Amino acid sequence: MDFNEEQIQRYSRHILLQDVGVEGQEKICNARVLIVGAGGLGAPIAFYLAAAGIGTIGLIDGDTVDLSNLQRQIIHFTEDVNKPKVLSAKEKIERLNPDVKVITYHKLFTSENAFDIIKDYDFVVDGTDNFPVKFLINDACVLAGKPFSHGGILRFDGQTLTYKPGTACYRCLFHAPPPPGAVPTCSQAGVLGAIAGMLGTIQAAEVLKYFTGAGDLLTNRLLSFNAKSMEFRTINVHPNSNCPVCGKHPTVTTLIDYEQAVCEIKR
Amino acid sequence: MAITVNGKSQDVGAPVSLTELIRQNNVAQPDMVSVQLNGEFVLRENYDATTVNDGDEVDFLYFMGGGSVSL
Repeated sequence: MDFNEEQIQRYSRHILLQDVGVEGQEKICNARVLIVGAGGLGAPIAFYLAAAGIGTIGLIDGDTVDLSNLQRQIIHFTEDVNKPKVLSAKEKIERLNPDVKVITYHKLFTSENAFDIIKDYDFVVDGTDNFPVKFLINDACVLAGKPFSHGGILRFDGQTLTYKPGTACYRCLFHAPPPPGAVPTCSQAGVLGAIAGMLGTIQAAEVLKYFTGAGDLLTNRLLSFNAKSMEFRTINVHPNSNCPVCGKHPTVTTLIDYEQAVCEIKR
Repeated sequence: MAITVNGKSQDVGAPVSLTELIRQNNVAQPDMVSVQLNGEFVLRENYDATTVNDGDEVDFLYFMGGGSVSL
């Protein structure tokens, strides 16, 4: 890949980095990343990956922009209310960086389409707010041998884990989703808007580290933080032999659509 | 005796079961928390039978949603 003058200028602050350089930037520009959820986490993830020049960004989200989203989902603007989130996000990405090819899926990520969609990408980012889809992303990526970044936020807290084949997966930590409604989501319990930015940018940095090979990924480490105390902590984890999907005796061998809490379903 | 819970030192008198430790730490949804004892995950059904001893490190891992509602 030969960069033109404009690209050299656009990506100069990456190229200057010893750990990235022209070679790393080329890898970024050739990368294909799927972002599941174009909301609170998906917004900063998409913005930073687009700015970084990720070659292809896939966005899947079946939702439309709601006024209550704008407190944190910074890729959507006031005039986007009622617009499909994937289209609103695509428009911003293209204005930010026309080098990026954006593929949108205005639909739900389900057991039916998961494998078919992720096969076209090198890395998957979880930007969803519900457990059925978080587990679906995990299982699809583990079974397909695809790296992904898990992210979750609630109230003043955030947590993230990066998965590569052979490292601890989300199910190693949490065997199965909580029963519908047992654990609140942002839409039920609230979230400080900036938390989405804090966590989403960490996930975006992990994606860029993955493609450039810079530093150490959050594999086998769960990063969690609380914004009230502003304390960050990484908990070392390792592949769990009892894990239902990647353990010694897997019970999850096909994809499952878990039940969603009724109050989360958009009416 | 002193143990470490989520990275912080905690004094808990005598050895306690994981179930009791979870209760003492006011874990909001005890049946939802994942527990690591000295870096190893403990199966939920073993919380009662697992004893936390002096110097042990315990991590409570919580479910966290967040981001976008796709449904």
